[in-house]
Amino acid sequence: MKHQPITPVHQSLTFSRRMMVFGGAQAAIGALLVGRLGWLSIAENEHYSLLSESNRVQLIVVPPRRGWLVDRNGVPIAINRSDFRVDLVPQQLEQPEQTLKSLAKILDLDTDAMDRILRDLKQSRGFQPVQVAENVPYEQYAALMVRLPELPGVRPMRGFSRYYPHGPAVAHLVGYVGTPSAEEYEKTKNPLFLTPGFKIGKQGLEKTLEPYVRGTPGGQRIEVTARGKLVKELDPQPDRSGQTVKLTIDAGLQEFAARRMGDNSGALVAMDVASGDLLAYVSMPAFDPNSFSQGIGRTEWKMLSENDHIPLLNKVAQGLYPSGSTIKPAMALAFLKQGIDPNRKFHCSGGVQIGNRYFRDDAAHGTVDMHSAIEHSCNAYFWAMGLKTDPQLTTEMVNYLGYGQEFDLPIPSQRFGTMPSPSWLEEKYHRQWQGYDTANTSIGQGYVLVNPIQLAVMPARIASGTLVQPRLLMGTPRKPIPPLAVDPEHLDYVRKAMAAVVNEHGTAVASKLPLDGVLMAGKTGTAQVFKLGARGHQSNWALRDHALFIGFAPADKPRYAIGCIIEHGGFGASAAAPIVKDTMTYLFDKQKAYAALAPLEEQWGGTLAERNARELNRIKAVARANSA
Amino acid sequence: MISSAIIPQPLAKLPWRLIFLIVILACVGLLTLYSAAGGSLRPWALKQGLTFLFFFAVAISMSWLRESTLKSVAFPIYIVVFVLLVGVELLGFVGKGAQRWLEIGPVKLQPSEFMKPVIVLVLARFYDLLPPSAIKSWRAIWPAALMLFIPAALILVQPDMGTALMVILIGASVMFIAGIPWWIFAGAAGALAAAAPLAFALMHDYQRKRVLIFLNPEADPLGAGYHVTQSKIAIGSGGIFGKGYLQGSQSHLDYLPEGHTDFVFATMVEEWGLIGGLILIMAFYLVVRWGMRVSMNARTRFSQLTAAGLTATIFFYVSINLMMVMGLAPVVGVPLPLVSYGGSAVMTIMLSLGMLMALERQQRTGSGISSLRIPA
Repeated sequence: MKHQPITPVHQSLTFSRRMMVFGGAQAAIGALLVGRLGWLSIAENEHYSLLSESNRVQLIVVPPRRGWLVDRNGVPIAINRSDFRVDLVPQQLEQPEQTLKSLAKILDLDTDAMDRILRDLKQSRGFQPVQVAENVPYEQYAALMVRLPELPGVRPMRGFSRYYPHGPAVAHLVGYVGTPSAEEYEKTKNPLFLTPGFKIGKQGLEKTLEPYVRGTPGGQRIEVTARGKLVKELDPQPDRSGQTVKLTIDAGLQEFAARRMGDNSGALVAMDVASGDLLAYVSMPAFDPNSFSQGIGRTEWKMLSENDHIPLLNKVAQGLYPSGSTIKPAMALAFLKQGIDPNRKFHCSGGVQIGNRYFRDDAAHGTVDMHSAIEHSCNAYFWAMGLKTDPQLTTEMVNYLGYGQEFDLPIPSQRFGTMPSPSWLEEKYHRQWQGYDTANTSIGQGYVLVNPIQLAVMPARIASGTLVQPRLLMGTPRKPIPPLAVDPEHLDYVRKAMAAVVNEHGTAVASKLPLDGVLMAGKTGTAQVFKLGARGHQSNWALRDHALFIGFAPADKPRYAIGCIIEHGGFGASAAAPIVKDTMTYLFDKQKAYAALAPLEEQWGGTLAERNARELNRIKAVARANSA
Repeated sequence: MISSAIIPQPLAKLPWRLIFLIVILACVGLLTLYSAAGGSLRPWALKQGLTFLFFFAVAISMSWLRESTLKSVAFPIYIVVFVLLVGVELLGFVGKGAQRWLEIGPVKLQPSEFMKPVIVLVLARFYDLLPPSAIKSWRAIWPAALMLFIPAALILVQPDMGTALMVILIGASVMFIAGIPWWIFAGAAGALAAAAPLAFALMHDYQRKRVLIFLNPEADPLGAGYHVTQSKIAIGSGGIFGKGYLQGSQSHLDYLPEGHTDFVFATMVEEWGLIGGLILIMAFYLVVRWGMRVSMNARTRFSQLTAAGLTATIFFYVSINLMMVMGLAPVVGVPLPLVSYGGSAVMTIMLSLGMLMALERQQRTGSGISSLRIPA
């Protein structure tokens, strides 16, 4: 190690050199510090000024009140109810565990809710509050207010929740609102979506009318400390509530029809034939949309999705059914247009041989003409006439009158069904149209699928003689409605035949309106669901035929048209027609309609609201049992 | 030095330039603490002012100490502080948890704080005693290393990483200035790099987190990276001229944690801007330069090494703190001397300055055999 003896001279030299190095290192670090300080305060000044400002100023977003949905007469369908809610501001929490424990006790929160709160707290950003509970009962809210001083970070608020006075009766029409999902936030990056208590339309009109009913959020700009203590209030901005949207719906009719459907599974659409206004838009059974706006429980969701009557399905927009014999009036118009003489006699012996297959009718109707074929719903007549006419032209006429047609309605997703024709068949299945296709189509079976809106549009067009279009919103500009390209005499003939169905010896005489001077015209339909099952009465509900009825009234001066389908209801005359009859009665005489409804509801175990409340209680009990 | 007939001799002989700098730094500190308390003398500014005055008086009186006195007390004081450190360790075990203080009546003593100037004294004394010819032998290294690393390890397990790091850096500086072979330092740096994973494994969870956050502060802006993030916001948002005195939103609205202790520089720069920051850095630079001059002008090996080591103490305090608050180093808990609230750092700095002033006075008076240069 030692090359030469080290003397104090060496040591002194070493000292000076080491001091130079040491001093140099200090200077270098000093320069680095000055450089860093300059970089932060000059180059990055703007960036950090913004961050400092966003630290200082916080915006407390006040979610806007949602616009109301009202019916054609201004009767509220969807409104806002003031409620109590509790939020947490994570930054202000001093003892998170202690606070959460106290909250759980005061607000009676279950483990599910606690898990969600903990998850939200972990994900919360900045000053964003986290929801603890909504719809807090007043007693709990008051108990919390008393203990508030010892619970920093807990923010009790008064908020608004969506309320649907008609409950399940309007469920599928309005849909429901719910808390925006993470994906919905990612899509819009709208901070409002993170505000507790803010709800967006998730289904139905609530979803499609979202831009109108949302409104603009208000906010209070405040200066806050890091602990969230308010220092001073800066310029506040009031929220602007969403627009009120007026629907064409008649809320009374809607509710009556929904109640009249009882325990059935089905859909009913009522329409004003002159304007196309949809007066009722009923799909039953349904959920209670109020459950959704409060955040539906797992048990309720499970019970709803497991119900074989599919209460979560919007049958009006998404249910597709064979039209059954309800297609016959449109068929008759198609035949008339193609030159079939309505008085031409046809002998129905109970069936028709087409190719190598014998099509059997329900009954041997004997000698019929077009009028009595409609009146008695004689399949053989329509098979025979269908074979004498051009199936392409026939289909076009039926389609023109509404079946299989698409409508421009503010409904999130609609299915329009099919009105099959030779060209459609060629395109879709690459095969020739056969005689049996004509036969099936003539009685609304085979490929024919219609939705319940079409079931109302078709009679409305026949009744009014115009190409009326369905409407749901009052505000939309009305286009002039062109007359149908159909001979008025033909229309008159078919209308008379339809009047006979209800009022003479037809299939729906039992459903004659109990009103003086108002006759209903209509057509029953019974759609085969299960090919080999015995027609009509089946012990297995799911195998029974669908019952359909289309009608309009008054028969001589039509104002209203109704289409109705009752799933697995048996004969159209037995299930669907009476419902249409009572619903139609409501439009002319509410008292008589309710008088007819009362004994039925007694039989079903209460009104829709009563049964719904009982169902919700049952769900709550099940939920409690599950969690215990 | 002010030489005037009007001023009495003892006063005129004080290093006025240094005193002026120290008072400026202390005033900046007091102003900032006044602002950090939201424009109030309580709870920090008043107490800090009194602490400063007390230790300032201590430092001034220390300036009459003789180098021979310092030399003679080096080893005894080292042993006392070492015993206190061990004592803290034992009591800390009894008290369950990290305990850095010994409470003697109303006085809280933090022995690790004393260790900073004391390690300088003892190492300077050691190299003073070592024959010049032995400087490149193992005899120059292992006793110094033991004297340095045992207390550093004791401090590290308290746990007080900042102080342990400071003690090691200060001791290493003295050893470097003393002239032990440079490859020892290169080797130590290499070994440190190699041992980093091991050290990382031995760290406390919060320390490990700090290192990780230092490497990637954006990973957790609201968690462990919060301090540095908010500190950078405070400094960066101040701009060139600052937001104005008592106008800093970051500190006044509590976004800046520890705005009166470790992060006091951010509090100050937010209000006084780049200009204020530069003035403060310049003042510290002048203090360090003054100390380095004392070392360069020293006539004995002991005073050379002591002055350099004490200056290094001040330098490391300032540079580690500033690097920490500006996001250039992990947050290790080193205060900014004379500015941060808290008596410990004020005490250490003033004791160091007192000794530096004593050494400087010796140079000027040039009296005493001990101050004689050993002839070449």
